[in-house]
Amino acid sequence: MILLKIEDVTVGYTEIDILHNVTVTVRSGEIVSVIGPNGAGKSTLLKTVFGILKPRNGNITLKEKHITGLRPDRIVRKGISYVPQVENVFSSMTIQENLEMGAFIRRDDYSQRLEEVFDLFPVLRERKKQKAGHLSGGQRQMVAMGRALMLDPQVLLLDEPSAGLAPVLVSGIFEKIREVNATGVAMIIVEQNAKEALKMAHHGYVLAMGRNVLDDTGEALLANDEVGRLYLGG
Amino acid sequence: MEIGGIIAYLVSFAIMAGIYAVFCLGLNIQWGYTGLFNIGIAGFFCVGAYTSAMITTPKPTGIYAHYVHQILGLNLPFVFGLVGAAIVCGIIAFLIGIPTLRLGEDYLAIATLGIAETFRLIFNNEYWLANGPRGLIGLPQPLQGLVDPKSYNYVYLIIVVIVMVVVYLLIERAIRSPWGRVLRAVREDEISASMSGKDIFNFKMQALVFGSMVMGVGGALYAHYTIAISPEAFTPLYGTFIIWVMLMAGGSGNNKGAILGAYAIWAVWIGTKFMTDFLPYTLKARAPFIRFLLIGILLELILIYRPQGLLGEEKKVSKLIE
Amino acid sequence: MAELIVYGIVLGGIIALGAIGLSLVYGIIGFANFAHGEFMTAGAYLALFMVTGVFSWIGIPDNTFGILSFGWRMVFAFPFSMAGVAFLAIFFDRVLYRKLRAKNSGPVMFAMSSLGTSFIIRMIIIIVWGSDYLFYRPGLMRPALEVPLGIKIRPDQIVILFIVFLLVGLLHVFLQDTKMGKAMRATADNMELALISGINTERIIIWTWGIGGALAAAGGILYGIDVQLHARMGWHFLIPLFAATILGSIGNIYGALVGGFAIGIAQQVSTAFLLPTYKLAVAFVIMILILLIRPQGIFGKG
Ligand SMILES: Nc1ncnc2c1ncn2[C@@H]1O[C@H](COP(=O)(O)OP(=O)(O)O)[C@@H](O)[C@H]1O
Ligand SMILES: [Mg+2]
Repeated sequence: MILLKIEDVTVGYTEIDILHNVTVTVRSGEIVSVIGPNGAGKSTLLKTVFGILKPRNGNITLKEKHITGLRPDRIVRKGISYVPQVENVFSSMTIQENLEMGAFIRRDDYSQRLEEVFDLFPVLRERKKQKAGHLSGGQRQMVAMGRALMLDPQVLLLDEPSAGLAPVLVSGIFEKIREVNATGVAMIIVEQNAKEALKMAHHGYVLAMGRNVLDDTGEALLANDEVGRLYLGG
Repeated sequence: MEIGGIIAYLVSFAIMAGIYAVFCLGLNIQWGYTGLFNIGIAGFFCVGAYTSAMITTPKPTGIYAHYVHQILGLNLPFVFGLVGAAIVCGIIAFLIGIPTLRLGEDYLAIATLGIAETFRLIFNNEYWLANGPRGLIGLPQPLQGLVDPKSYNYVYLIIVVIVMVVVYLLIERAIRSPWGRVLRAVREDEISASMSGKDIFNFKMQALVFGSMVMGVGGALYAHYTIAISPEAFTPLYGTFIIWVMLMAGGSGNNKGAILGAYAIWAVWIGTKFMTDFLPYTLKARAPFIRFLLIGILLELILIYRPQGLLGEEKKVSKLIE
Repeated sequence: MAELIVYGIVLGGIIALGAIGLSLVYGIIGFANFAHGEFMTAGAYLALFMVTGVFSWIGIPDNTFGILSFGWRMVFAFPFSMAGVAFLAIFFDRVLYRKLRAKNSGPVMFAMSSLGTSFIIRMIIIIVWGSDYLFYRPGLMRPALEVPLGIKIRPDQIVILFIVFLLVGLLHVFLQDTKMGKAMRATADNMELALISGINTERIIIWTWGIGGALAAAGGILYGIDVQLHARMGWHFLIPLFAATILGSIGNIYGALVGGFAIGIAQQVSTAFLLPTYKLAVAFVIMILILLIRPQGIFGKG
């Protein structure tokens, strides 16, 4: 079933268009990886889905309902969570508080969910009283993902979860992403680390200069010569 | 009022508006072209006026020395007063710029506000400096002997207009030069990679000093028009706020707008005076405050509905000469 | 000297109430609110209106509590005035700043608009009450108590300090332990992430104005009780408020509290050497020194 559909989206920060008629489709339970060179518009795509930027053209639907142009605090209520590429934790607040803010819109008792997130990232449980700003990069990324997961989202948008992490931590984060996906959460992952991203992707999209260039299953893209040459480093 | 009275009224109107126009031009360099938020114009107004007064009056002697204290009295011609006012204001601007121009834009505002209030306190309390709250009187007026005292305002109007035009031409030249283009780049944060933080600081400093010097000239023009000055003339209302409203109304980033705004808002200000003449007696004493309330509301309306002002920014000045 | 320090603590507490709100607004809404001093004035005069107007009209007795200079009327006027100024602050946000936000205006436009607001409030107060010095209870003798170290302190001043700490304590509990308070800190920390987390930041902004306005009103009333009321009192508080806010690091309410006490003490102690009218200049000089030495303040954000 199609969960999230981004159709023909054109958007920019100023008068200049950054994305041109970009289309991305996410089905239930799927990992969709979006790869492309720096500046291709990957982050812009996620910001547009989440209502931080208003598209000039095109539609975004979640389960066939329009979410185009809604404010971020409305979109999150539809069951989408977003982990931005940068500044993705409340650095002056504790880990526990960061996770509570992730559950801000929940009116029910979310202590169960909190435990699940702590089970996923045990190191966060040990340091829950520490300020997020004092954590290492890898731990911060965990806080950021944990915050987004507090809602039990249907779709998770991850912007470069492995960026800036030491190589030993990268596989750990991807492992966690797989675990999260195994619980049924669909996601869009934007990655520089294209090889890893495509390996775990059910579906992949290649973006360049703000346009769709290719899309196929993750495996097919990994096998594609052109993709290999341009984005996977040979 | 017969015709002669009306003309005399118009002349005094044109003089005051012209003096305010000089302040608006100075503020336009800082805010309009560089984005510097100076809300202590009254401080430069005050210092400019006092400096020129002390340069152009003699130091009191004999029995007067008991009643009028002033630290300095050079008894020099008017032009020296103008230049001296500009220099002193430039130095003060430089000193304020040092701690603030590297920081966010609000800091300059807070600091200039503080300096304006501090100057007013100093002039009010330090009798030895400039006679405390009584202020200085008997300032000379240039070319005084030339005409009948009753017609002197015509002469002063010409002087004000000359100064205004000279300042206008000076600024126009400056902002059309490469220097002016850099200023606008600084304002728009369109800093090219070749500019260091130090360069930006220097450009902001130059604009702050230049603008404040112009304000000093404005203060001097005011002092020699009113002949008597005291610290209470330089309140945030008359000294700062109304000038901001003028510039915003006319169009910041546009020197013609700055002058137009000064005349337009001064006309509104005078116009509201006629309006408040109809107020019941009990409210009359508070009429100026009612008028300022209206001016305050006017500013808010401009900020929301027409932030570009009457004329709007003169775009692409630099393109014209390229 | 010890006495001046004690008076400085009282003044500092009053400054702190204003500075905390200023710092909150600065941290969350992101601009220097030049009308914050006028919120203090508005609070003081609103309480005056209640105490000498409304409450006398509805017949609340005009007695005082023993050695204090105020009574039941003030007890009722105090929260009423805090709420009134909270609404006033929210009102200005709705009619002015929200429109500027919608147009993506830069922070300086907001600051300029707040400068306009400050003039508007001040002018209204002068038009209604004039610009004379006023008292909640004119002509009342206000005896001082002798406490150790030869310090004379008025009973009012002890109550003032108590109220300052009570309000700061309540704010602390609100920010640390309630959902809305945490959301407020989150918004101050990272507005975009707060929005992404589903926090309605417009609502947070309303809360921020409300709390900032209410605290400023409290500060203004307490100053009115301690000293007197004047239409320009808030304007004269503005520089000390900014000095305290910057000293304590913008956006940091605990910093603003400490900054408030530091500035208040410095201002009072300076009267041993300088004319009291120079208090404002003392705050200004301290502020410039902070900007030169440590512009980010003593605490850093958060
Ligand atoms: N806040 C912004 N304002 C203006 N342009 C931006 C902004 N953020 C990104 N851009 C521009 O949009 C383009 C795409 O950026 P982005 O989506 O961040 O790329 P990616 O995430 O693929 O590296 C780039 O050319 C970048 O310069
Ligand atoms: Mg990116």
